[in-house]
Amino acid sequence: MNILIKNGRVLNPSTNFDGKADVCISDGKFVAIGEIPQGFIADQEIDADNKYVMPGIVDLCARLREPGFEYKATIASETTAAASAGVTTLCCPPDSNPIVDNPTVVEMISHRAEQVNKARVVSVGALTQQLEGEKISEMIALKSAGVVGVGNALRPVENTLVMRRAMEYAASCDMTVFIFSEDPWLKGNGCANEGAVSTRMGLTGIPEIAETIAVARDLALVEQTGVRAHFCRLSSAKAERMIARAQYDGLPVTADVSAHQLHLTDMEIGEFDAQYHVHPPLRTMRDREGLRRGLKLRNINAICSDHQPHDIDAKIGPFSDTEPGISSIETLLPLTMRLVESGDLSLLEAIACITFEPARILGLAVGRIEKDAIADVCIYDPEHIWQLNNESMKSAGLNTPFKGWEFEGKVTHTILNGQLVFSL
Amino acid sequence: MSYRQNIQLTADKQNLKHFLSIEGLPRAMLMKILDTAETFSSVGEQAVKKVPILRGKTIVNLFFENSTRTRTTFELAAKRLSADVLNLNIAVSATSKGESLLDTLSNLEAMQSDMFVVRHAQSGAAHFIAQNSPEHISVINAGDGCHEHPTQAMLDMFTIRRHFNDFYPLKIAIVGDILHSRVARSQIHALTTLGANEVRVIAPKTLIPANIESLGVHVYHDMKQGLTDVDVVIILRLQKERMGGAFLPSMQEYYQTYGLTEEKLAYAKDSVIVMHPGPINRGVEIASSVADGPRSVILEQVTNGIAVRMAVMSMAMGSYSAPQSTSQSSSQVTSQVTKQAGGAS
Repeated sequence: MNILIKNGRVLNPSTNFDGKADVCISDGKFVAIGEIPQGFIADQEIDADNKYVMPGIVDLCARLREPGFEYKATIASETTAAASAGVTTLCCPPDSNPIVDNPTVVEMISHRAEQVNKARVVSVGALTQQLEGEKISEMIALKSAGVVGVGNALRPVENTLVMRRAMEYAASCDMTVFIFSEDPWLKGNGCANEGAVSTRMGLTGIPEIAETIAVARDLALVEQTGVRAHFCRLSSAKAERMIARAQYDGLPVTADVSAHQLHLTDMEIGEFDAQYHVHPPLRTMRDREGLRRGLKLRNINAICSDHQPHDIDAKIGPFSDTEPGISSIETLLPLTMRLVESGDLSLLEAIACITFEPARILGLAVGRIEKDAIADVCIYDPEHIWQLNNESMKSAGLNTPFKGWEFEGKVTHTILNGQLVFSL
Repeated sequence: MSYRQNIQLTADKQNLKHFLSIEGLPRAMLMKILDTAETFSSVGEQAVKKVPILRGKTIVNLFFENSTRTRTTFELAAKRLSADVLNLNIAVSATSKGESLLDTLSNLEAMQSDMFVVRHAQSGAAHFIAQNSPEHISVINAGDGCHEHPTQAMLDMFTIRRHFNDFYPLKIAIVGDILHSRVARSQIHALTTLGANEVRVIAPKTLIPANIESLGVHVYHDMKQGLTDVDVVIILRLQKERMGGAFLPSMQEYYQTYGLTEEKLAYAKDSVIVMHPGPINRGVEIASSVADGPRSVILEQVTNGIAVRMAVMSMAMGSYSAPQSTSQSSSQVTSQVTKQAGGAS
């Protein structure tokens, strides 16, 4: 199967390339960027005139709800939504049911994804057995089953000794630890950022120090154990500063932020709108600006969707009784592109945050348009104006506060492993 | 993005549709509630303590959290307005059987109710119910989590106005567990909206919520400084479960430091009044000699609570202009009540 993408503006962060070029794909790989090789006969030709040709998007955190929560969404429904949004690789956290703490579950998830064949699905394995934070998991078995790293999802590892041992063990297996840092005691049963808004609304707050104290602990453990660590879903400007400092000191740490944290603040909760109930919570304007600055300075390396599709009932109820999360895989690219419009990132920087950088964090040879690399492509029409609404959404979860937002730019084609999996 | 209509007001913004929070209501509306309550306060003094304003209306007291006092005054207020009252103690009924909040509501709607008076342990529950109820139902918040308890705040304002006429010169101190108090939040919004000179909160840091200054109050941790020159002291009830945990070490230490005794009350103005939303914990947040003393208006608050709740209920019900014949009579009643209110103030 040969595909030729003609006349597009190729944007490839791994080589800092931005220019008009034809892209040739054969047998799942890029065979040429620029000159069309002699004898190349395309089975399929895509005219990308006035369009961007960028690497397929890599999403560091998407919950597909399968196995265990199929009433919310399935691997089929969510990878289809992903393909329509230009996402070709997505990474699932281990907190499905059953939990990803043994090879069988890892294999089951990748097998289901292969059957559907809309996106590549990889998993983070559990750092501790059953995510209980007590016994470390069989990391070597998980690694041979293909996990990209280990983590404890949103569950805390309260016992510092267990965290130390888990990191030491992961370091000896040469695995990346994915850490969501949050002090469970300071978080308590909080559901919104602790501050003027939570005080006014009488909502139990999650203070910024719930994040920074845990980041401080985990950074100290990273330094002690030498493990490669990725800090997930930063929510405060202070945490971004701490990660920046650690990187400056030469610690092997990276970090990501979810796209909605770069656009929304706790002010948006309004009259207890449950669509803004997310975890970690939306914080302040100052945090939002700090996180954007962190991306520009590359202290925060990647933007992820933190996709959490829900059934309708999950969001019906008084604010704190509702389940946190946004169905966000379809807004990852549009919200990232808005950072270009607002002048926070250059076009190549923005694309790097959702392709090349997350691929590097996952240790996968994707997210780049280079000769002989895996041919995942997202073709994007920057002038197509559309509105997010129930009809436009492909995900089984319709829970998003971005409904009614108008976006400029839409994915027209998605290529996975050299095969067209979506076209508008 | 669409323009959001204030959910608490009718489309013409002239009247109450729901009463969910003090926050978001204009000063004129708060004054209207106080004036309307004034016209109702005489009803309780008559031999026949009833007016026919809400005859034929059904009011459901939906209490998801236990309460005797608030529920009783709401019930009494509704009965004095001649409404039919249904008391549902849901803390021990439907939701504990696994029925969802929305299912409970749909069942009550099917019984043709006109108003829900809601108390719930979660902040925002009253807003949620108002947003999910059909157009003809008015919702009154009788306390939601740590968010607001607007009728309590209005009866406090009513009591203050009866003693001082005007809010502008007043310095008011609210003492106690601000962190968990919906009453305090509503009082703060009411006092700042009505233009009080200064609102203070007095408590140890463990009981002061983050950025409370953003609501327009001054924070004190010391009773002497905080009470100096105040006109009104509002003591909050201290829930026993806050003791012995990380909030406070012991009842004795709290009483010693923050309990309102005659000695501490002496820092306030001579004309000071002492208020408490009840029920009081003698010897914990307030000394008996103060609670029963000449500066205390605690029992007046209870009496005023009925008039204020009658006012809020009749205003919210009058706001409904349905195509049926009943709508005309209810709007007539409202205009009658407001006319009386104008005369009284």
